[in-house]
Amino acid sequence: MTVFHDSYMLTALVAGTGIALACGLVGYFLVLRAQVFTGDALSHVAFTGALAALAFGIDLRVGLFAACVLIAVLFGALGRRGRADDVVIGNVFAWVLGLGVFFMTLYTTNQSGSSNSSGNQTVNVLFGSILGISSGEAAVALGIGLGVSLVLLLIARPLLFATLDEAVAAARGVPVRLLGYAFLVLIGVTAGEASQAVGSMLLLGLLAAPAGTALLLTDRPFVGLALSAGLGVFDVWVGLTLSYFVPNTPTSFWIMAVAATTYAVAMAYSRIFQRRARVTAAVS
Amino acid sequence: MNPGFTWNIITDIQWMWSLPSMVNAFRAGLAVALLAGVVGWFMVLRRQSFAGHSIAITGFPGAAVAVYLGASATLGYFGFCVGSALLIAVLARGSGTGAGERAHSSALIAVVQAFALALGAVFLDLYGGFLSSTSAFLFGDFLGTTDADVLTLVAVSLAVLVAMAVIGRRLLFASIDPAVAVARGVPVRALNILFLVLLGATVAEVSKLTGSLLVFALLVMPAATAQVLTARPGLSLLLTVVLGVFVTWFGLAWAYFGNQATGFTITSLAFACYVLAYAAKSVRRSFRLGVA
Repeated sequence: MTVFHDSYMLTALVAGTGIALACGLVGYFLVLRAQVFTGDALSHVAFTGALAALAFGIDLRVGLFAACVLIAVLFGALGRRGRADDVVIGNVFAWVLGLGVFFMTLYTTNQSGSSNSSGNQTVNVLFGSILGISSGEAAVALGIGLGVSLVLLLIARPLLFATLDEAVAAARGVPVRLLGYAFLVLIGVTAGEASQAVGSMLLLGLLAAPAGTALLLTDRPFVGLALSAGLGVFDVWVGLTLSYFVPNTPTSFWIMAVAATTYAVAMAYSRIFQRRARVTAAVS
Repeated sequence: MNPGFTWNIITDIQWMWSLPSMVNAFRAGLAVALLAGVVGWFMVLRRQSFAGHSIAITGFPGAAVAVYLGASATLGYFGFCVGSALLIAVLARGSGTGAGERAHSSALIAVVQAFALALGAVFLDLYGGFLSSTSAFLFGDFLGTTDADVLTLVAVSLAVLVAMAVIGRRLLFASIDPAVAVARGVPVRALNILFLVLLGATVAEVSKLTGSLLVFALLVMPAATAQVLTARPGLSLLLTVVLGVFVTWFGLAWAYFGNQATGFTITSLAFACYVLAYAAKSVRRSFRLGVA
């Protein structure tokens, strides 16, 4: 295939696969726990973390990961039983964005550059550029993606129990609170890695769309988990291929377009199917 | 032109208000605090912060698309914000309050937001050169408020507030106990759609001043603070508006004298109020436990 003759496509594919895998798995639990807002908030927190690191002259990655993981744990601590509360997330996250603006002004005054360059920086953090990453970065993305997936699969059973019936799980001795924190840290790591490699927008899309699709299509949790991961990888591959054949359009758009289309089709399918099922049930 | 802060408050205010744009910013701040406060109060009560945030974010690609097509940014803000609000409201299952419904609707909201942003990415890319205004779309330009801005803001605020006054009681009922409200014949689903559209309009209007990222702070923070402090709806609403005006005005003054971005000053003040309220509540609760 000619697609793979260009090495940048290959690195994008490697990085994208790792991130899509982690996002699909983490996202499934995020959607099940109705915690997508946490992932979204963390993707924006990454932006503040990166700007803070820039302002203090530290490596961007350090700021990003530190901010994501710290705020993830903070969300858990403020919510109950290691689950973040909607309103708490809203407050903390709105302020963190404000802080981001502060670091942005700090950074631009230090650099004595135009505010335009910081605007570009913001746009980069927001939209990312999966085609612009080096092969080393791609390997890191794949490694982190696989690591997150592995840890998540290890805790998947008790986490699922804790997600579906918290009270009973706690009564049966499942460490509900600890699992909640571990899961939040996993979200933090995923958000930190994905937002720098593919941008916060794609991170959110890959967390929510494959998982939402899987949840629409099946009620069986482990089938859904596998489906979600598979769909995530599928979205990235098809999106990358499309963007290769339609030049001069942003890759993230194509990946997101594929993900959103799959989701829309699944939604239409589940509506029609469920209505029919209801009718048959009523008739019989 | 900025003389710096002195402790003579009267001269400070005279200095600040000698600039017409600053006076406009204060007027707009009042209207924004009132509008965002009332709508945000219901948003926080209904646990729809994620929807509010996502609708706000879609305003940014909306503005990008509109500017690319040569229309006014205002049109883009309104089109995308109200459009995404409708999409979320209509496609969500049921009233979106049950556990399963919450899971589905949170996925739906995220997909709408991410896809709108993807569209924004395309138009940013097509346009290429207008990145200089990206910052304004995201972080707003509160201090650049014009007379015309204030007029449209007041008009939109009035329209939304009248609508909120009409549906207020029923919406409160539907928010607090949807099951009983349905049983009593309250059109819960229609109210949810109408509320999200009003939220969309509010967010679109406020975004023009505060930007897509920071509108959320004005929606969620004063309302959350007030709801921590009191459980009585009327008092809590009033407190939300008062807090909103307080943080906006002091935030503007701080931004002006401290040479900071309004986004930073306003969110910091609002967050400080929230933390104080939270702390006060915990202290009061532990006292009560200690006595008993």
